[in-house]
Amino acid sequence: MNQEDKELLSEIIEDDPTKADSYNIRKNGKGIDRKVNPNIDIVPKEENSGIDIYVKEDTLFGTVNIPVIITESGLKDVVYNDFHIGKNANIIIVAGCGITNNGHKDARHDGIHRFYLEEGARVKYIERHCGLGVGEGKKVLNPVTEIHMKKGSYMVMDTTQTKGVDDTNRITKASLDSDTTLVITEKILTSNDQVAKTEFEVELNGENASTHVTSRSVATDDSYQEFTSNIIGNTKCYAHVECDAIIKENGKVKAVPEIYAKNIDANLIHEAAIGKIAGEQLLKLMSLGLSEKEAEEVIINGFLK
Amino acid sequence: MLELKDICFERDNKKILDHINLVLDTSKFYVITGPNGSGKSTLAKIIMGIEKPDSGKIILNGEDITDKTIDERAKLGIGFAFQQPVQFKGITVYDLLKLATKKEISKHEACTILSKVGLCALEYVDREVNKSLSGGELKRIEIASVMARNPYIAIFDEPEAGIDLWSFQNLTEVFKEIQASSSGTTIVISHQERILNIADEIILMNSGTIQKVGEKEEIFDHIFKPKKCCKEVSAR
Ligand SMILES: Nc1ncnc2c1ncn2[C@@H]1O[C@H](COP(=O)(O)OP(=O)(O)OP(=O)(O)O)[C@@H](O)[C@H]1O
Ligand SMILES: [Mg+2]
Repeated sequence: MNQEDKELLSEIIEDDPTKADSYNIRKNGKGIDRKVNPNIDIVPKEENSGIDIYVKEDTLFGTVNIPVIITESGLKDVVYNDFHIGKNANIIIVAGCGITNNGHKDARHDGIHRFYLEEGARVKYIERHCGLGVGEGKKVLNPVTEIHMKKGSYMVMDTTQTKGVDDTNRITKASLDSDTTLVITEKILTSNDQVAKTEFEVELNGENASTHVTSRSVATDDSYQEFTSNIIGNTKCYAHVECDAIIKENGKVKAVPEIYAKNIDANLIHEAAIGKIAGEQLLKLMSLGLSEKEAEEVIINGFLK
Repeated sequence: MLELKDICFERDNKKILDHINLVLDTSKFYVITGPNGSGKSTLAKIIMGIEKPDSGKIILNGEDITDKTIDERAKLGIGFAFQQPVQFKGITVYDLLKLATKKEISKHEACTILSKVGLCALEYVDREVNKSLSGGELKRIEIASVMARNPYIAIFDEPEAGIDLWSFQNLTEVFKEIQASSSGTTIVISHQERILNIADEIILMNSGTIQKVGEKEEIFDHIFKPKKCCKEVSAR
């Protein structure tokens, strides 16, 4: 890893990823560094097609970092990462992909992440995506996340795409057994002529399963975002979906919410709000001495924090 | 010194402010009072620059500020606590106070500012300024964000609204302190006798006009003086 790689890496993971209990760093389609420990094993799949991560049951406070960086213009990297989280294990997983594309060809990463949570497992999954570089080649990221939650498991998924990604197509699917909770927070900022599409499909299959999906998006310039959610309540369950978007200039946002209750005790709520920055928020901050531009920045940074 | 010269503001064919003339001295404590809809908040917004008058001038220490933007006026030392506090997403009380003071204040300092409005303890500084806070809490944070700036011209729009009686007593004390110590002008829009009691001068508004400016006794005489129509009614 050279200095540039390190800088790119720091865009997706704040702390040095090699300080974690276990990690796997992938650069331009190949694993370049890896560390495991007695509780967390990382096993590469054949032909650099991904990794299997095994977390032993009852693991307490484990952390896994699995960043991906791409610096080659024209590269299309497809990776399958499977997470097997043992019973009652408690783990933080930090993933993400940074692309620096200084060339004229597109660079693309498709990360397919599958999570298998055993009973009582607790996962916090943090994912950051960003693009850098001055080339005209696009930076494309198409993550697919599949989540399978067994009884009593809990997962928080926190994803952010803040800058430089030209095209993204995100798919998140989950199936929840009884007494599980899935909390998803997604933040996307698009500018120029970027396009971001995100799709959530959550099936609540077990009694007392619950999910909270929060999407915060900001679309500026000529960018376009599309939010689709499809929540199905098959039993006594609870779901709350919130899609909240700020549009600026010619930014466009489309929200397509769908909630489907198939049981009398399913309680599903959807809220969607799209609009420009609330005028009174600007007025308040300007009355504290901020210029209109500064006030806008403060509001958007807070919104996406 | 702040002067309002012949301010008019009309919307939907309704004269909301009708030829307002007012001179406010530096280091005095004014209370504006008057019925709902009489134009008090509109007048305050016009001073802050949130609304632009259709005609008339606003002069601050001899300088015409009528065309200045809100932030320019803020930098000249005007501050305004909104009647309806504004809510944000992802902005904490601490963030707001840092923006207000324009300094990297410590959390301890933030607490000191909050304690003035009766919100003690660290538990508030990291809360987001959103609907999870109660109406009274939001109102106090709004007031704190203006007090933190120590403005040369400070305007508080109905600071008592939504604040419980116990805290209101403390708030009155804070305003008394400001009245005694501030070197600038304080304008409080209020209906509360306790606040009216502190005023150096009371400004009574009615249907977009200034009915009277004076000390408490004069104003109260004016307000409670039986009106002609009432006499007629009682005579019958
Ligand atoms: N932008 C506007 N467009 C139309 N009408 C307005 C506008 N702003 C204020 N008004 C009207 O002007 C009148 C004065 O409003 P203002 O808020 O100044 O009253 P107020 O004296 O502060 O009342 P309150 O005691 O209820 O706070 C009201 O009738 C209000 O509906
Ligand atoms: Mg008012």
